Amino acid sequence: MNLVASSSVSWKSNSNNSDRVEKNEFPAGLRVLVVDDDPTCLRILEKMLRNCHYEVTKSNRAEIALSMLRENRNGFDIVISDVHMPDMDGFKLLEHVGLEMDLPVIMMSADDSKDVVMKGVTHGACDYLIKPVRIEALKNIWQHVIRKKKHEWKDKDFEQSTIVEDGDQHQKPPEDVDYSSSANEGNWKSSKRRKEEEDETEERDDTSTLKKPRVVWSVELHQQFVQAVNQLGIDKAVPKKILELMNVPGLTRENVASHLQKYRLYLRRLSGVSQHQNGLNDSFMGHPEAAYGTMTSFSGLELQALAATGQLPAQSLATFQAAALGRSATKSAISMPLVDQRNLFSFENPKLRYPEGQQQLNNSNKQINLLHGIPTTMEPKQLADLHQSSQSFVAMNMQGNARMQQNNALLMHMSQQQQKQPSRGQMLNESSNGQVSQPPLSMPQPLSSNGIPAAILSRNGIVDNVRGPVYNPVSPASSMVDFSLNQTTELQNSFPLVSSNSGMSTLTSKRLLPEEVNSDIKGSRGFPVGYDIFEELHQQKSQDWGIQNVGSAFGASDHSGIPGTLDVSPSMLVQQGISSMKKNGQNGNSPMGGPQLNLFSGGNLLTVKAEQLPDTSYQSNLFLEQFGQDDLMSAILKQQESVFLLLICIL
Amino acid sequence: MESQKKRQAAYMKKNLLDQGYLDEQFAHLEELQDDANPNFVEEVVKSFYTDSARFIRNIEVALENGPYDFTKLDNMMYQFKGSSSSIGARRVKRQCSMFQECCNAKNIEGCRNTFQGVKQEYATLKTKLETYFQMEK
Repeated sequence: MNLVASSSVSWKSNSNNSDRVEKNEFPAGLRVLVVDDDPTCLRILEKMLRNCHYEVTKSNRAEIALSMLRENRNGFDIVISDVHMPDMDGFKLLEHVGLEMDLPVIMMSADDSKDVVMKGVTHGACDYLIKPVRIEALKNIWQHVIRKKKHEWKDKDFEQSTIVEDGDQHQKPPEDVDYSSSANEGNWKSSKRRKEEEDETEERDDTSTLKKPRVVWSVELHQQFVQAVNQLGIDKAVPKKILELMNVPGLTRENVASHLQKYRLYLRRLSGVSQHQNGLNDSFMGHPEAAYGTMTSFSGLELQALAATGQLPAQSLATFQAAALGRSATKSAISMPLVDQRNLFSFENPKLRYPEGQQQLNNSNKQINLLHGIPTTMEPKQLADLHQSSQSFVAMNMQGNARMQQNNALLMHMSQQQQKQPSRGQMLNESSNGQVSQPPLSMPQPLSSNGIPAAILSRNGIVDNVRGPVYNPVSPASSMVDFSLNQTTELQNSFPLVSSNSGMSTLTSKRLLPEEVNSDIKGSRGFPVGYDIFEELHQQKSQDWGIQNVGSAFGASDHSGIPGTLDVSPSMLVQQGISSMKKNGQNGNSPMGGPQLNLFSGGNLLTVKAEQLPDTSYQSNLFLEQFGQDDLMSAILKQQESVFLLLICIL
Repeated sequence: MESQKKRQAAYMKKNLLDQGYLDEQFAHLEELQDDANPNFVEEVVKSFYTDSARFIRNIEVALENGPYDFTKLDNMMYQFKGSSSSIGARRVKRQCSMFQECCNAKNIEGCRNTFQGVKQEYATLKTKLETYFQMEK
């Protein structure tokens, strides 16, 4: 439904930032999902939003809207919904969106009675509009996106740093980027080391004060958790016992407690969501939508990552991959910090770690790699937070570019996903199916499917933003970082990270993947594009460096897969660089064994602190989307860049 | 010729606004219209007619026989009212509110009467708008 074209056009012309043309359009290009059962109202709203130069997707059914959101986690920046709808109460939708995707939601109604408005407040709506809505009221909705991101970002502290440090001990940086495998650990470590070397530890220092070790709830870890819960019985499952049963070193009772909380919410949600019931239960794998609950984060990316490492069970891997491809690993991707030896958070997860956002995570493949370095002991929540904060952070950095928002969305999603997503796998499947279709870029086979969920990048917007301050601690991004390292060529296409949708102003409309791009989609397209964005963003040429890294990240397991087509230029590198930043400084080299962010191939921006990126992988993924087309790519890269930067920062 | 038509259209619109058939929401819709969507308002209004026909039909059925579910009637009218307000159909909207008050009072006769009022206002508006759009073309 969106008219990407129009929005992109207007987007460009809207530039008001002096910063970069690509990024200037903010808030133009803001990806809005509007839900209202009244067709007349919906039509009017759509026109108004278009006139505000936003990218609009409309739906007259809440269930459809929810599935769109789930499929494309990073594909939207904000949701506007009517209160009274026949198929689902608007407040219920609000709850779902808040839990699963953590996007800002604006409620609307002709009813302005205090109790209804209050209900909106208590359910977490970020605003309440009285109908008939005027265009003036819609012009400023972007503030909610920024605010949310900012808020999340702040919360997140830089746990990444902390984690990174922790992770160091466990991992040994494998020089070859093979995130999927245990090498991840090594990567992480090496990147971490690099980080230190590069003296980009400021963030780390900062974070050390905050220190909240973040656990990345990788697919595997989550499975263990679910098993423990099932064993104990959901009623009797108390964090202490679960922890004992899981027997995961480094995992704390608090980690489990917060994860349990999310899981419960997720289950509750599942039971309430008829459509997506598929398999909610424990594994993400199965149900794309339903599962989205807590485990969402383990979306495809995770699967892929896991698969890559061989750790994922075949089945889950398959689902995840599919999902990952389809969906942006947003959900899980982010949460997965690099895995430490245990593989708790193995790279596999990186994919998952991607924010739930839309599509961004699709590129989870890519992300996974990135996550390698991240210590596993992060609390899922934290991770999620990280993601979110990264997102917000990224967004913030980006100067509020629209892209940022997207990125943030990505990140946010990622974080969210981490925890949620049981069905992520499926989601990924679904999304990946769509996406897999094939991006022109060849996606590395191992990754299973196309590309890494554009999700990661889905937030195209972010990418743009990223360009700026490169580093926004995008924590989840760290995972991304990894991926870049290994595979120089691999991932190129696979990164769907950059969700084509959103942000990337040019990209989105362009559709990252030639075929798949649709305005809404943000990033779900398999992988690819992500790299492009970076390219633009950084103007660096790290090129293959970047891409490769990305590729590696995704493929985790096997880098060979990624077709070099993706030319992820500097931007990509940026992401990667982020992880490896520490060291690399400039991309160029890809030994990314560890998470390196060679982000700045050109030596610019992305000198994100590698450390932070344990999860950035996911972020990188985001950017990695490959847009079939050059222009898209560049646009995407740009966006990604911004996002990436954000991610980096987060990390 | 054209300018005369335009003048007539403008005049008619002013009347509609003055007489309260339409309110400023309608004017806002016209502002949204642009070259890319030159018939936006007309399209929206057509969509409104379609929705309205459905609402009216449903309410009519619900008013036929008891037992009367006033909550349901109220909800249906609420939707129709929302739709009307979105295009600025002020008088229709007012009638809808009156109907809702009767629902709250559980006054079935009142509901029937006000519902007649709703249908009449709707029919009147529809006719006037059709004329208006003709003039605009």
